[in-house]
Order: sequence, then C-alpha cells, then structure tokens
Amino acid sequence: MTLTSVRTDSALEVLAASLVSHADREGPLLPILHDLQAALGQIPAEVLKPLAAALQMTEAEVWGVVSFYHDFRQEPAGERVVKLCRAEACQARGSEDLAGRLLAKAGISWGETTQDGRLTIEPVYCLGLCACGPAALVDGRPVARLTLPSLEKLAGVA
Amino acid sequence: MKIYLPLDSFAVACGADLIAETLRGEAARRGIDLQIIRNGSRGMAWLEPLAELEIDGIRHGFGPLEPADVAGLFDEPGRHPKAIGPVEAHPFWAGQTRLTFARVGVIDPLSLQDYEAHGGLSGLRRALGMSREDCLEEVTQSGLRGRGGAGFPTGIKWQTVAKAVSDQKYIVCNADEGDSATFADRMLMEGDPFTLIEGMIIAGISTGATRGYIFTRSEYPIVIRVMEEAIRRAEAAGLLGEDILGSGHSFRLEQRVGAGAYVCGEETSLLNALEGKRGVVRAKPPLPALQGLFGRPTVINNVISLATVPVIFAKGAAHYRDFGIGRSRGTIPLQLAGNVKYGGLYETAFGLTLEQIINQIGGGTATGRAVKAVQAGGPLGAWFPTSLFHIPFGYEEFAGAGGLIGHAGLTVVDDGTDMLKMARFAFEFCAVESCGKCTPCRIGAVRGVEVIDRIGRGDAAAVPLLQSLCATMKSGSLCALGGFTPYPVLSALTHFPQDFSVKEQVDA
Repeated sequence: MTLTSVRTDSALEVLAASLVSHADREGPLLPILHDLQAALGQIPAEVLKPLAAALQMTEAEVWGVVSFYHDFRQEPAGERVVKLCRAEACQARGSEDLAGRLLAKAGISWGETTQDGRLTIEPVYCLGLCACGPAALVDGRPVARLTLPSLEKLAGVA
Repeated sequence: MKIYLPLDSFAVACGADLIAETLRGEAARRGIDLQIIRNGSRGMAWLEPLAELEIDGIRHGFGPLEPADVAGLFDEPGRHPKAIGPVEAHPFWAGQTRLTFARVGVIDPLSLQDYEAHGGLSGLRRALGMSREDCLEEVTQSGLRGRGGAGFPTGIKWQTVAKAVSDQKYIVCNADEGDSATFADRMLMEGDPFTLIEGMIIAGISTGATRGYIFTRSEYPIVIRVMEEAIRRAEAAGLLGEDILGSGHSFRLEQRVGAGAYVCGEETSLLNALEGKRGVVRAKPPLPALQGLFGRPTVINNVISLATVPVIFAKGAAHYRDFGIGRSRGTIPLQLAGNVKYGGLYETAFGLTLEQIINQIGGGTATGRAVKAVQAGGPLGAWFPTSLFHIPFGYEEFAGAGGLIGHAGLTVVDDGTDMLKMARFAFEFCAVESCGKCTPCRIGAVRGVEVIDRIGRGDAAAVPLLQSLCATMKSGSLCALGGFTPYPVLSALTHFPQDFSVKEQVDA
C-alpha cells in the first residue's frame, strides 16, 4: 500500500507539472501523455480521472486515447526495450529470422518482457533506416546493420 | 583540421557517434585542433558512417568507417583503404539533380548562417515581396504534387485554404509517414530542417495561416531533437513568431510527436491525433482544406512537398516544372531500400525506369542474387516484377501499371523471397495498424490473413475469395490503409502465381 501511494503522489505531481507546462497548447493530451510515459514508464490508472477533469474530457475518452497508441504503456516495460523493425525493407534483409532467434533466446514472444524484468522486445514498423537494415531502437537509440551477435549483445542476452 | 560526420540516423545507427568520439581522442592525442561538423547524410547509406575531410577546399569521403579506420585519417588520408575520393565526384552523387535535397549532407543542419550561404531564405524573401495571389500561382505553376503519395496538386490545395474564411487557419506538416522504405522525410529534417520551416512559412503567407504544426513520428528520435533545436533557433533569429523578418506577417510553429500509430500518416487521423484524440480516420468531405485542424481551414502537406516550396520560390516555378515527365513535374527523392547493393536517397527528375533505378543506380541486390520484385510506395504499394522494369517513374505511369509511386520508396527483394508470405504480411500489418473505424479494413485485414493461410494450405477455392475481399476493401475502406492493402496482395498474386500454388500442388 505504501508503495502504491508513493507512486500515486509522484504520478500526480508529474501530471500537475505537465498540465502547467502545456497550459497554453491547443489539444495538449498527447504531449501530456508523453510526459507521463517518459517520467513514469507507463500511464498509471490513477491519473485518468484528474487528467480527464483538467481537460474537460471523460475518463473513457482519455482511456480511449491511451489505449489507441502503441507508445503509451499500461504497465511498465523491462529495463531494456528493444524495438525491432518488422517492416518490408528490413524483412528483405533478414529481420524475421533475426527476430525469431532473438525471441527464442530471450524465451518471450513479441511485446513480452522477460521474467527477470530485464528485457522487453516489441515490433516496430519502420525506423527510416531501410537501406541499412535490419534495424532497431534500443532504449530509444537507433541501431542498424544488425547481426545475431550484435543484436544479442545490444539486447543483453549474448 | 575540419571533418564532416553525419548526425543522420543512418550514420548514427551504424556507429557515427563512436567514430566522433574516436576522432576527438585521436586528435587530442596528436595535439591537433579538430573541428567536427555533424552534417546530414549524403544519402549513400551503404557508405555510412561517411566522414568527409576537407583537403584544399574539396571534401574527400571515407566510409563506411569503423573506429580502427580513424587513425589513418590523420596519417595519409590519400592512401586510406576506405577513401572514396571527392564526395561530389562520386557517381551516386554526381548523377543526381538535387533541388529539394540540395543542402542535405552539405551544410551544418543547425547553422542558419550556413543555410543562408547556400541559398536558404531566398525563396521566403521573394515570397514576402509577392502578393498572396502571385504566391499561389507560383506553386500551382510549378506543377508540384503531394509527395506523400496521393499526388494531389499542392497549388490547388493551397488555393482552397486561401479562399476559405476563418479567424484561424493552419499549416500542418505530415512528418508521420511510416511507410517502409521511406526515409526522405527523416533525412530532410535531420539534414536541412530550416528548409521545412521556410516552406511552412511560405505556405502560411500564401494562405493566410498564422499557426503551423509539424507532427513527427516518435520512431525518429534524432529528427525530433534536430527539429526542436531548429525551431528554437529560427524563433531566436526572428524567422518565426511575430513580424517575420520585419514583414508584418506572423507565423508560430510547434512540433508535436506522434505515439506510434502508423495510421496517423493518414491526414485526417493525424489531425485527430494533433487535437489529442484517438487517431481514427475522418470521413471526407469535409475536406481538411475547409474543416481541418480544430475544424478550421488547414493545409496538410507532406514534409517533402513543403520542403520543396523554398526552391520553387528561389528559382522560379518554371525552373522546377521543366524537370520531369507528363504530369509528374520536378524531381523526386527516390529511396532505394531493402535488399539493394547501393541503398540510399537519390533525387532525380521523374522519368527514370525501374531498370535504371534498381539495377544501374542501386546495383541490384545486396545479396548478389537475382532481383525478384520491387515494392514501390511502401507497405500499401504494389510489387513490380522485373518484367515491368521498363516503366518510367511517374504518378500516372505507375498507376497505369497497377501500382502507385507513393512516397517514392522502393523495397528490393531477391529471388529467395516468398511472395505469399509478403502478401500475408500486408494483411497482418493492416490488422495491427487499422484504426478500426471502417469495417472493410478492420475485419477485412483479419479475414485476409486467414484466406491467405487457406491458400497456403493448398485450398485453391480461396483464391477467388481473396480477390473478392480485396475488391471490397479497395472500394469500401475509408482511407488508404484498408483501401490500398490490396495493392501488395493482388500484385503478388498476379505477378507471382507460382508462390500461391506450390503448396497446393504438393498437398494434391
């Protein structure tokens, strides 16, 4: 219980600061959700009500937006997040085989986190690195010309 | 000592930051005063990280660099194993007609001084001296069409917004086009962000819009950083805000970041995302030009369309229009992607054939195997077999061959590729990214995967069902996601029927 309330406090603080910093923006919901995601690693359920009230929306509307976009998490990701490109240009350079091997080694499926909480592997559809594939974002950093050894090292499962 | 080393994602993803660090360390060790300019990419992706060393005023290229190659740059650069000679004499560069991308890879992307020294702001200065009608006429006369894929004449779109009456109009830049094989937007924004800003200001002046938004993909972290900084510097220089360059015009510009939804590359769902809503598609009409962002008249253009406006104003509509073929005027940044030997960005006038583009410029496949097909225009574009490689690159020419040029991205695959698998992936992708608003797309994509699996199991009766499903999606979907997914599916089926029947024969 203590942990939850500490997190609620900090979530509400982040929300309050974000609402102030975007007060003069038109349609500020996405920037606010990005702030929450960046600071808290997820969009916690407890912010929905105050956020909806502040923007004069219903909770359902806010939840609808949160759940629509891939970037907003309803639970936190692993310590390291590998977003591996599955789009056609990377496939043409062998990304599907690479992905299959990495997932098998980590023992998870697309979108899952390893049991030790260290690694999340997600699909992404194009990073604009289509002439240097296979490509990925590792904790937000673009990497390309991936091979199985280089990818395993980046993912921390080598 | 002056070295150019790209900040572009191609270069960074292939290790440019480590090269920069190694360069600094090596220079310090040797007591050499080193200046590193982080430029955009020249577009020769296979050579990234490509460093350029200025020798007697000429930039010599070295790439693809690895940390072990760095010391050699300080010793005898002329004999360096990764030397490619003067960069601008390289055939991949020398063969291009760079109008939109003229400065990309050349200048320091965040130096307004460098930008102006290379012709930047001359288009805006000319536009500021023209009437609104003349500005609109200039864009119309240039023949510029939407580079996002739809190919709608930019001038007509702007005229519609200019004529609309409203207390507020908007210019929205679509920088959320997540089509595979599309990296022109990213390269432009990383390599020459002020061009996009200048184009948006001209759009504002021409239509009476005083606010602009750039909606950028969250998958482009470097773009986001570069663009934020460019906007900040443009504001500081009086280029954005009130009374632009003392003209009396004002234009406020803000970048917004997407949240990982492919469908937001569709203009109406992008507008919903900007408004802070679910990125679902809106039915048209009303057109965004009349009721767009927050219900106000809105110009929504792709990055490349807007970034081409400055050169049209700087050199005149006729200069631009004189390039190209038929109704495809000007230049197009071709993006060579996938399994291709010389991948990257190649800006040239419309009209090259696929044979010239893929086999001559691109050098065929990277694996050295035979080219099987090319997907033109991203995940919603048709697969072209080599028997169609005589088709010249143009909007109508590609449409006539059952495809589209889309964003001019070209994904090359070799003869080891199973086209049934690629067709299945097209549906799978559509199912993941569908916004869910219209039934043909939402349900059709899921059924499509199932029908293709039936064909894969040898059920020939499923082929007409697949064709019927595609016809429904094509004519019944609200936007291009559901409406164009049939392109890759049907083109794969039409041109590579053997990939759809092999398993049938085996099972029979």
